[in-house]
Amino acid sequence: MTRSDEQDPGRDGNDPGALGGEGRVDPRAHEPGPALAAFRNGRSLALEEIPVLSLEELRNAVIQAPNGHGRVSALFAVPAADGFTLYAVLSCEADGLIRVGRAALAEPSFPSMTPECPQVHLFERVLAERWGLVPEQHPWLKPVRFAPPWSREPDLDPPLSAERSAIALEHPYRIDGSSVHEVAVGPVHAGVIEPGHFRFQCHGELVMHLEISLGYQHRGIDRALAGGPAPRTIPYVETLAGDTTIGHTLAHCELVEALSATRVPPRALSIRAIALELERLANHVGDLGALAGDVGYLPTASFCGRLRGDLLNLSAALCGSRFGRGLVRPGGVAFDLEPERVERIAKGLEATLGDVGSAVTLLWESPSVMERFENTGVLTPDTADALGLVGVVARAAGLDRDVRHDFPAGMYRLAQIPTSVARTGDVFARAYVRWLEVQRSGRFLHEQLRALPAGPVRRPAAELRPGRLAVSLVEGWRGEICHVAITDAQGRFAAYEVVDPSFHNWTGLALALRDQAISDFPLCNKSFNLSYCGHDL
Amino acid sequence: MPVHQVVLHLLCLLTLPPLLVGIIVKVKALFAGRVGAPLLQPYLDLFRLYRKGTVLSRTSTWLFVASPVVAIVTMLLAGLLVPFGYPSAPLAFTGDLVLFAYLLGLARFFTLLAALDTGSAFEGMGAAREATWASLAEPALFLGLLALVRRSGSMSLSTVLDVSLDRGWGESSAVLLLVFVSLFVVFLAENCRIPFDDPNTHLELTMIHEAMVLDHSGPALGLILQGAATKLFVLGALVVHTILPMSRGSSVVGWASFLGAMIGLAVAVGVIESTMARVRMKRVASLLIAACVLAGFGVILTAR
Repeated sequence: MTRSDEQDPGRDGNDPGALGGEGRVDPRAHEPGPALAAFRNGRSLALEEIPVLSLEELRNAVIQAPNGHGRVSALFAVPAADGFTLYAVLSCEADGLIRVGRAALAEPSFPSMTPECPQVHLFERVLAERWGLVPEQHPWLKPVRFAPPWSREPDLDPPLSAERSAIALEHPYRIDGSSVHEVAVGPVHAGVIEPGHFRFQCHGELVMHLEISLGYQHRGIDRALAGGPAPRTIPYVETLAGDTTIGHTLAHCELVEALSATRVPPRALSIRAIALELERLANHVGDLGALAGDVGYLPTASFCGRLRGDLLNLSAALCGSRFGRGLVRPGGVAFDLEPERVERIAKGLEATLGDVGSAVTLLWESPSVMERFENTGVLTPDTADALGLVGVVARAAGLDRDVRHDFPAGMYRLAQIPTSVARTGDVFARAYVRWLEVQRSGRFLHEQLRALPAGPVRRPAAELRPGRLAVSLVEGWRGEICHVAITDAQGRFAAYEVVDPSFHNWTGLALALRDQAISDFPLCNKSFNLSYCGHDL
Repeated sequence: MPVHQVVLHLLCLLTLPPLLVGIIVKVKALFAGRVGAPLLQPYLDLFRLYRKGTVLSRTSTWLFVASPVVAIVTMLLAGLLVPFGYPSAPLAFTGDLVLFAYLLGLARFFTLLAALDTGSAFEGMGAAREATWASLAEPALFLGLLALVRRSGSMSLSTVLDVSLDRGWGESSAVLLLVFVSLFVVFLAENCRIPFDDPNTHLELTMIHEAMVLDHSGPALGLILQGAATKLFVLGALVVHTILPMSRGSSVVGWASFLGAMIGLAVAVGVIESTMARVRMKRVASLLIAACVLAGFGVILTAR
């Protein structure tokens, strides 16, 4: 543990620009459990401040994380002089602190944590795929992205290499029986959507198990970000998941600002929050329309399709791009908002949200729609918690989990948005949480546009400080976006880890489908609406 | 039946069905606040498909090619048994209503076989669903026809559907209404309309009928689509005639009221599809059983 004598400067609310300040170990961070460095979202720590644990201690910290110490936001390995260093990033909603620990990994294998802590199952599979680090006793060891290994030693043969398996052929779980049949869907789908392979083990119309195989969208962004920041870094980050441009770019910029101790002007923080909430609105409204479309309910499907376009146009009014590209930059935002445009956006927003209200209310008032939404694809809070699900999906299952509230950064330290939670965990809950968030984001946007702080919108970002680690969490419209970076002695990214909310949530979809009718899969899938490229990177 | 009425009936059967589809699509578009495709778009689609080439899987057999032909031929034959604007159909004999029901069954049988012939998981799933729901839709159709038979004392569709104002509505309005509702449900289910199936969906896992024809292309698909439109028209005519009084006087009035009622039926389908969602797959059975029960009540009412 390191210094714990100073009050966190950002907590009093008077200094929203102090994003890039030094990370301090919070005085409240003294619960029992392994000693980890604890700091706030959007801060950085010198690497020396992160305690080096034994593998056993780190393992215990991760395994105990779900019991009140937090959730595993990231788990990754960085090559070291002799072997690897394993980093674990835990985020704890109870006290709003992010905890980081590390351990040296000398052997090419380690005891898997997945049997005790299921939420790391994908992280461990990535470790095996990238570095050939075998998590022993992992119950479900198969490639995640079917990418070539990152290992530096060419003759090291990783257990999960791309050459060995084709994406659609890797299905460890199989159910046998004369009346069990398998339905394979994708990677080419009938709609204009991203590629992914879904394999259903069915008994008649009943789904017993769904195996989701992704990786078709892997572009290697995760690897390309290391060594930056480079001129290409921002375009890479903006396209991590095309519908979450603002979310991912914001996470990246907050990370860079934390590593370079850049203070962002309040006006820029407000414009960033406006952009993030507009992105949320457009996607949530589009999703509500698509959910209506999947049950064949025409009115809401048609109107929300158009209204999503109107909301995207508001993003275009903000920065010239309907998907928010080119707006968020390290140190602030690239474009200021003059009063006339503020007025135009506020007016457009009010009119659009009025229409959204009437289109969405139709859903709740149609018995035929409610009959389809309710009790379809139920996810229990226990399952959601065990898998470490995030975002709309977790909140719909009753978990009070929202980065904007739990780990506020930027404008969200000053202006709160209530967390929208539903209890039932079904398609209805996921739709209703979206609707609650649409209303609350609308009110938030209204306040922000009325009281936009004065001042500049960008300060030049300084050079990254060497030898530090920073974590930034952003509540994108799907859920928690986690970016972690470690700088080397020259102030370049020695490691850059991106965790999209879809990475956590795809397994939730597979479990929500158990014992459901296969004909309800498209509806369940739409209610999760996860990103393929965000998962595949 | 005069020759010119037969010619008119045949013309109607061969040319009008796609228009009905066009009307439904137009109504849905207007409800959604769009201009929508032109009314004649289904004709253009058929024309496009008939000019295309066909892709045939190496693993499929003659059944795959035969099924679209069977589908359209059976529907055209069924169309000869149902009266349109004239009080009698071109073909009318005692027991033709049984032939009518089994022409529908024959078409379905071949469609199922062709679907299974492809060996695709989707098509097999669609075939299983179609067979299940058809086994519930068929009793509703037969019970409805049975009520009409008992009411009219005839075994021929042309006579059974001959509802005049005094002999039909005057004597047995309750029976006619029950049969009408029951046959309307069967009509929606047989033609894969909402709330049973979504003809617009691209989601294979939710399809019933569409899943069975995923592998057909070009002229074969064109025949299937035209067969489906013809089925919509012929079953629609059956539904309409259960309550529409037939004109014995001028044939112009007869045809005008028939075509008007068919347009009204298409608009009604469009409105239903615009205002309600699809039911859950397992609830389809409940709806069809309800249709059976309604038709059953109709039969009971005729047994006084």
